[in-house]
Amino acid sequence: MATRDDIKFLTNPNIGQRNKKYCRFKKYGIKYIDYKDADFLLQFVNEQGKILPRRITGNSLKYQRKIATAVKRARHLALLPYVTDLLK
Amino acid sequence: MRHYEVTFIVDPVLSKEEINETAKSYLDKLAELECTIIHVDEMGLRQLTYPINKRTSGIYYCVEFAIEKQIDVDVIEALELSLRRDERLLRFLTVVLDKHGIKYNDDKRKGLIVKYDKENRKKSTDKELIDEIQD
Repeated sequence: MATRDDIKFLTNPNIGQRNKKYCRFKKYGIKYIDYKDADFLLQFVNEQGKILPRRITGNSLKYQRKIATAVKRARHLALLPYVTDLLK
Repeated sequence: MRHYEVTFIVDPVLSKEEINETAKSYLDKLAELECTIIHVDEMGLRQLTYPINKRTSGIYYCVEFAIEKQIDVDVIEALELSLRRDERLLRFLTVVLDKHGIKYNDDKRKGLIVKYDKENRKKSTDKELIDEIQD
């Protein structure tokens, strides 16, 4: 039988806790974003091929700008679509 | 010295010789304009994500080259003019590389950059390893 010491929390304290967002480029020291690597850029667009906002990806402003230019370059070269559905 | 990168898509309807010839003509053109060609990347036949001139695929080429700063602008203009006039090409894009871009391309050639794998998201861990090696 559980003693009183075993019952510490009535609810699980980990529920509702979210991992803090971070900028992966800063964390892993990625300095350059290749516009030819479409598979990598696919992480930063939604299913319609739109660029995801910073509040979702957690990128820092500097790298968000670089992502944006890289995605736009990839679109020009038909590596990523301008408009689509069910991209992923 | 400034580094540039020009990517162009060749029409896949052309014969193999014509495709090679097209790519070679631009390498010759660059050499003629006194550029040093650093690397030619043949990315091969790829599916286009949207049709261009009624083509659904294309052959990608990527050429990295460097030029002396004094003659910069004219070279790019001359190159882009000929690219624009060429009917064998579907698209092209010229980009200036910053120091990180140069380093990235260098590392890529050495095989330090791991291709991002869609299925098992391994890149982040590999990237960490690469960074450790570099540090």
